[in-house]
Amino acid sequence: MNMIQTEKLIFEYEKRDEEGNVIGTSRAIDEVDIDVKEGQFIAILGHNGSGKSTLAKHMNAILVPTEGTIWVDGRDTKEPQELWNVRQSAGMVFQNPDNQIIGTVVEEDVGFGPENLGVPTDEIWQRVEDSLKAVGMIAYRHHSPNKLSGGQKQRVAIAGVVAMEPKCIVLDEPTAMLDPVGRKEVLKTVKKLREKKKVTVILITHYMEEVIDADKIYVMDHGHVVMQGTPREIFSRVDELKSYRLDVPQVTLLADELRRRGLSVPEGILRKEELVEYLCQLD
Amino acid sequence: MSIRLEHLNYIYSPGTAYEKHALKDINLTIPQGEFVGIIGHTGSGKSTLIQHLNGLIRASSGKIYYNEKDIYQEGYHMKELRSEVGLVFQYPEHQLFEVDVMTDVCFGPKNQGLSPEECKERALEALKLVGLKEKYYNASPFELSGGQKRRAAIAGVLAVKPKVLVLDEPTAGLDPRGRDDILEQIACLHKETDMTVILVSHSMEDIARFADRIIVMNNGEVMYNDEPKKVFAHFRELEEVGLAAPQVTYIMYDLKERGLLVNEDVTTVEEAADEIMRVLETRK
Repeated sequence: MNMIQTEKLIFEYEKRDEEGNVIGTSRAIDEVDIDVKEGQFIAILGHNGSGKSTLAKHMNAILVPTEGTIWVDGRDTKEPQELWNVRQSAGMVFQNPDNQIIGTVVEEDVGFGPENLGVPTDEIWQRVEDSLKAVGMIAYRHHSPNKLSGGQKQRVAIAGVVAMEPKCIVLDEPTAMLDPVGRKEVLKTVKKLREKKKVTVILITHYMEEVIDADKIYVMDHGHVVMQGTPREIFSRVDELKSYRLDVPQVTLLADELRRRGLSVPEGILRKEELVEYLCQLD
Repeated sequence: MSIRLEHLNYIYSPGTAYEKHALKDINLTIPQGEFVGIIGHTGSGKSTLIQHLNGLIRASSGKIYYNEKDIYQEGYHMKELRSEVGLVFQYPEHQLFEVDVMTDVCFGPKNQGLSPEECKERALEALKLVGLKEKYYNASPFELSGGQKRRAAIAGVLAVKPKVLVLDEPTAGLDPRGRDDILEQIACLHKETDMTVILVSHSMEDIARFADRIIVMNNGEVMYNDEPKKVFAHFRELEEVGLAAPQVTYIMYDLKERGLLVNEDVTTVEEAADEIMRVLETRK
């Protein structure tokens, strides 16, 4: 079964004048069809304003479609009685960890979600412990979130979502504010969750090198899905990506540059090991 | 024309439970016209450091000289310093507040006491410099995209005509093209006007592309202060403090390890391509 499926999904923002009267609409998502299978790792790329965050907000019913339908774990998000089930199936992690952490102690913060779901106390503590272990933050359970680094805070935010035991986690630019090691920590955590808990992951990012392990990449532009495919397929199309204001990983760029200078480097190189291997077998 | 920091220390909330020694004995000289990159893990003291440069934070001890004048001396014109050292904060678009872009960009020059005509002239010049299209000049800041807002906010600082431009992660959250556009425009401005640029960033690739010199901050101290090639040669040490080298630098080290005798002190894609081609051609 599909974890997430959309059919001709349309979302329009209303434009209002100073008195609050609707003076028009602007279409942020325009007839998008995507499907995400259980356990998949899906990446969504697109420039600022392309509609990717608006799409993500449909995945746990923060927004509901103006037209068309989105099913999350088989549930139509437009049905009001499905709201809590949808939110429990798909958890979200946002860009700024400081806006997502509310507890004064790490373990309290992580326990907030399951508590709201009405999980019995003993089980809350069990879930808090499990999810902090899953993100590698159990040693900090009694710490104040204020004193953590950006990467650590973001991992606590992820633990908070994991503790609600969602089948699917949607991460909207979770690494934008982090230093290189913080970025690596968060990505490693996400990878572990996929492997150990079989969580479906949807990652939105502007860092191209973060998505090379994805099962599938969707590229958005002006509310449409304009490219879809495996990372290798997508990153082989350097010029097309650039036309959508995107980029490729630095190693892919280097391979492309070498190709322009006459080397017959294969297309769609994604990892430094691949390029190093190719160059070393040349002589 | 330079900025010089001598034995600078800053302690947050001294005498309380939250006391933190955020900057420890910082000694730095930044000559006029240099493009300096500052990197460091979150909480390393980068933002605290740059807020000292235009007197927003006053050091607990130590001195700052701007053009050889002690900025902490009695009677020093802090206001003048602030119009010479322009600071662009993280997410500067959150600071846009006027009804339209033009009025917002005029705010700085207006506070400098310039006439409305002069303000408008400055604003037009600044908006052109950041590459914001004319059709947005009279738009509400809220109608702009993230990248456009960011440009408008940077224009607001440029309109004051600073001699030193300090940017705290100006590209965080922007798409790759928006990131390249803004950085290229800043680099161009730097070349044309001899403006000093101090760029704080978490993107090692961007810093490697633009900076003449890199200052690495770690736990409130200056860890390295050198040209990019030399700093990124310490990539193992950098990783231990939350940082890294650009991906191409790692590729060069891997190639060398595998026996392809490239110079490993390469930090940009172009340099790497040149170097790989050079080595492959000598092997033929």
